[in-house]
Amino acid sequence: MTRLLAPLAVALLAALPAAAQQTDLTLAIQLEPPGLDPTSNAAGAIDSVLYANVFEGLTRFAADGTIEPALAESWDISEDGTTYTFHLRTGVTFHDGTAMDAEDVRFTLDRARGPDSTNAQKALFENIAEVSVIDPQTVEVRLAQPDGGFLTNMAWGDAVIVAPDSIDAIASAPVGTGPFAFDRWVQGDRIDLVRYSGYWGAAPALETATFRFISDPTAAFAAMMAQDIDVFAGFPAPENLPQFEADPRFRVLTGTTEGETILAMNNHSDPFDDPLVRAAVAHAIDRQAIIDGAMFGLGTPIGTHFAPHNPDYVDLTDLSAHDPDRARTLLAEAGLSEGFTTTLKLPPPSYARRGGEIIAAQLRAVGIEAEIVNLEWAQWLEEVFTGHDFGLTVVSHTEPMDINIYARPDYYFQYDDATFRGLMRDLAATADPAERSVILADAQRRIAEDHVNAFLFQLAFPTVADARIEGLWENQPTQANPLAGVRWTE
Amino acid sequence: MNARIVPGAALAVLVAGAALLSFAWTPGEVTGVDIPARLQPPSAAHLLGTDQFGRDILSMLMVGARTSLAVALVAVGIGMGLGVPLGLAAAARRGSWLDEVIMRGNDLVFAFPSLVIAILITAVAGPGAVNAIIAIGIFNVPVFARLSRGAALPVWQREFILAARVAGKGAPRISAEHVLPNIANLLIVQGTIQFSLGILAEAGLSYVGLGAQPPVPSWGRMLAEAQTLVAIAPHVALMPGLAIVLTVLGLNLLGDGLRDALDPRLRSTR
Repeated sequence: MTRLLAPLAVALLAALPAAAQQTDLTLAIQLEPPGLDPTSNAAGAIDSVLYANVFEGLTRFAADGTIEPALAESWDISEDGTTYTFHLRTGVTFHDGTAMDAEDVRFTLDRARGPDSTNAQKALFENIAEVSVIDPQTVEVRLAQPDGGFLTNMAWGDAVIVAPDSIDAIASAPVGTGPFAFDRWVQGDRIDLVRYSGYWGAAPALETATFRFISDPTAAFAAMMAQDIDVFAGFPAPENLPQFEADPRFRVLTGTTEGETILAMNNHSDPFDDPLVRAAVAHAIDRQAIIDGAMFGLGTPIGTHFAPHNPDYVDLTDLSAHDPDRARTLLAEAGLSEGFTTTLKLPPPSYARRGGEIIAAQLRAVGIEAEIVNLEWAQWLEEVFTGHDFGLTVVSHTEPMDINIYARPDYYFQYDDATFRGLMRDLAATADPAERSVILADAQRRIAEDHVNAFLFQLAFPTVADARIEGLWENQPTQANPLAGVRWTE
Repeated sequence: MNARIVPGAALAVLVAGAALLSFAWTPGEVTGVDIPARLQPPSAAHLLGTDQFGRDILSMLMVGARTSLAVALVAVGIGMGLGVPLGLAAAARRGSWLDEVIMRGNDLVFAFPSLVIAILITAVAGPGAVNAIIAIGIFNVPVFARLSRGAALPVWQREFILAARVAGKGAPRISAEHVLPNIANLLIVQGTIQFSLGILAEAGLSYVGLGAQPPVPSWGRMLAEAQTLVAIAPHVALMPGLAIVLTVLGLNLLGDGLRDALDPRLRSTR
């Protein structure tokens, strides 16, 4: 017996060093995407999996939030700021082996801005007047108005370049140009990606990557502790972070996000069409209590819809300081001294579920009875985002520089204000950074003074990772987990 | 009286008393949040500590007892109200098509794992205490139908039933006036046991978010919300857990004790 086992043991020992360097990674996120087409679906979870991994745009967000070249190697902007000539990178192929060229770019942009477009961020493309192919490596985009934010628009996950042939099946079998190709999607469990050998850029260190979806905070904690998963991006239970910090097996990154967490009000429906009522709600809210109670202190208070780490941010939290007496007075002025009853529809994340319970208690203290309705994401998108059937809701807007959503009267909270739309038009027409800064400050002030929504806090982004992994994004300049630069150190 | 009834009844009375008292008075705030006071361990101000929103856990348990008891009570009521007449009817028409339809229908309901179907019902009809009551109630129906049919069958063979039939009473009247009183003991015992199962079922449903919705406190949801806090503040999970355990234990002891005291078959063997 011993004689038989000995060679086996030797063989096993010899095999060990070879297995040390891992080339696979299991990364968990909280939400599963409802489909896999970033160009027709608003769900941020799609970008969490696919952005910069499977799909790429002309430009992209770097880890620090700046815009860098992606499929467009360089670009020229005309004197008047209305014509962008993009020089595409050579040797770029889609995962099905076909070449990515100027025709694909034109197809993508025309599809996104076309009358049949189902793009969730159609506004990004509204300003495009014409897209013309100069040669296979050069595309000219003519804008109706000069737009200082155009290159940023093109970096969004909604503006990634897609192949015309792949559109029919894109929601279940996405084909992009990124460093990883889509392998399979086991619904309710995971999405597998594999390294794409024909990638134009540096080959990633990982051979395979698995995205798993764990929405339950307890299950997330257990899976991480058992090391069933290597990384949890956006860990859902901030109260458990100290435990991971104390454990040498793990590393905790606390990054910033573009996620303005707001208590959104249905500006189109009674009684929230009255600015006094909205102001009352805003003053009834105690932000710090919500940050402490729902996020265990993780998060930065905001007084408007703008990221505090942005240099153009203006601190307007005083405009809606916690003041229950003021809130009651405002309600009385609005003719609602008896208070009123409304719905508070909450999507699954803990910032919403926990935050919502605290908000309901704070509103109750001034006489507003907010009836809590817990919804799954699909229901939330259908009832609240698309159906506009809500009074109040709590949600985090994770898109970068998205203050322009307030210029869209059909956007779910339905803020309809000509002054604000004028500011956004001015902004789009302004290229000078100092002037843009002034306009942005006015815009922030306008929505804060109008109390369009109650602005709560900027979502922090805790990532728990195996201590041996490096190259993860700490901050979330856009909702994404790019894996091209991620590697195991031992 | 026996050794089980006393502690069982004491626990049941304690829970019911706490639930009743909560209508008039609770030591602390139940729906208001007080974030700075969150996750405090048990102290003189908060006998069982505070939860993640700074609410007094004892007060929440008292109000939560209301939810648990009400859901379980109404659910058992539904089970008895539908199940007992069905069982009596089946016994009165033993062997007939009516008997077959009723009992096979009960088998059908019985064949499904009850909690899974309860989850299905609340998932379809929406979460909330009322749907939880209906879901739990439906699964109590066959329990009582089977029990009352089984217990009623031997009663129908007794001489006084024959006398009643000779006197011209119909089957429904005999069932109500003569059979039911003779099986009431069994029903009470079973009711107590189903009651404790109902409390567990309610806790289970609200644990997965399908029972009473916030801000109405419920033991199962308190337990669920405390899960990630176990390492920081174990008492937040421990207290609702203990409340469920003690209530179910008390009702089971009471049920066992009542059975010993009331069941004529057990009495004769002693």
